[in-house]
Amino acid sequence: MRFISEYRDAQAAQRYARLIQRIATRPWTLMEVCGGQTHAIVKFGIDEFLPEALTLVHGPGCPVCVTSVELIDKAIEIASRPDVIFCSFGDMLRVPGTKKDLLSAKANGGDVRIVYSPLDALRIAQENPSKEVVFFAVGFETTAPANAMAVYQAYQQNIRNFSMLVSHVLVPPAMEALLSSPHNRVQGFLAAGHVCTVMGYTEYEPIAKKYRVPIVVTGFEPLDILQGVYMCVRQLEEGRAEVENQYTRSVRREGNRVAQQLIREVFRVIPRKWRGMGEIPESGLGLQPRFAEYDAERRFGVAAHTVEESSECISGLILQGIKKPHECPAFGTRCTPEHPLGATMVSSEGACAAYYRYRRMPATARVIKGS
Amino acid sequence: MCLAVPGRIESISSDDPLWRTGRVNFGGIIKEVHLAYVPEANVGDYVIVHVGFAISTLDEQEAERVFEYLRQMDELKELESGTT
Repeated sequence: MRFISEYRDAQAAQRYARLIQRIATRPWTLMEVCGGQTHAIVKFGIDEFLPEALTLVHGPGCPVCVTSVELIDKAIEIASRPDVIFCSFGDMLRVPGTKKDLLSAKANGGDVRIVYSPLDALRIAQENPSKEVVFFAVGFETTAPANAMAVYQAYQQNIRNFSMLVSHVLVPPAMEALLSSPHNRVQGFLAAGHVCTVMGYTEYEPIAKKYRVPIVVTGFEPLDILQGVYMCVRQLEEGRAEVENQYTRSVRREGNRVAQQLIREVFRVIPRKWRGMGEIPESGLGLQPRFAEYDAERRFGVAAHTVEESSECISGLILQGIKKPHECPAFGTRCTPEHPLGATMVSSEGACAAYYRYRRMPATARVIKGS
Repeated sequence: MCLAVPGRIESISSDDPLWRTGRVNFGGIIKEVHLAYVPEANVGDYVIVHVGFAISTLDEQEAERVFEYLRQMDELKELESGTT
């Protein structure tokens, strides 16, 4: 497929790997922010192409993984109501709440449906006027334009039986939280290419300056990631800390202005609790007061409650790049994709699920293929 | 979650800015995609699609840069080895 196959060329990947080898003179630790990048790195074995002294740690960019237990519990509470059709991306169904997950709410008779787009949920609302249709709006900035459009269209068309359980998170505040932690070991970032496609990268410029950390906006194919690593290492070796853009075929510095305009119209910035990381100020999106009637938390009066996360799960440390999945004693034994203790084992973009899927077979089976 | 896939616009069905949609070809699989966020995109352009919405139009010239970069580095290497 055009714009995919050519970026998986094995020879070009090896050439990039050699270039990185040539310029890296010291050990460096880089973090890829997005779970999609983590998935590609582990799937194609990109980290095994890199010099040993270079460490890639996996970031918090998996919205399914960072959605708080409280919100999962609220989702289950709403989905269990007889008058509700609860719509969600498939990944959310097996994420454990305090006692159960959305899949068991479905098994107990809840009408839980997997959708591909928030507009599918809006269509279901139009087709089922006697039901309340709720969409579980999880996501980073990449997904915000789609969710904003669903709310805006519901408003424009006066669709009253539609609402959203909003669990939107923002990347830059999470990066700042990581950088200001005393445990931080990240020296350079590969920023998330699709988040920046929507938002641009001006927000990252003050972060690079303040924390003296290079940030390279990077795509998702093996060659994108290798070039991103090369650009980041080169900055570190040259003592620079700038924002550079590797993913120029999709990302412009100012981002997608049309999308940003609708995001601002529908959403506002709020504090958000991240699973495994705690509350981060100004790190989430909630609905603007004008669209408050589409807020499922408000419509169903689900109570705010605080809950404990599984004490055995170390996903918080994994999401902050402090530990790797195989360093967890429960990995692959008490915690598997079928019986996950934490969300990083559920989502296809969670680091634990990626390691479980791709890191249990010999390395020779994982070389980058030419197509 | 932030998975987004490139596809080629085959046709555009509505010109209303808010409801602009089109048929997009993903290596043979055709899907209806929302195009409100890429007002500049035309039939034949490649767009990046996330949960049914195009979020950018791919820049064909920029798409070559990852390979150009390699070529430049190889030329540099040859220059370097030529001087030693």
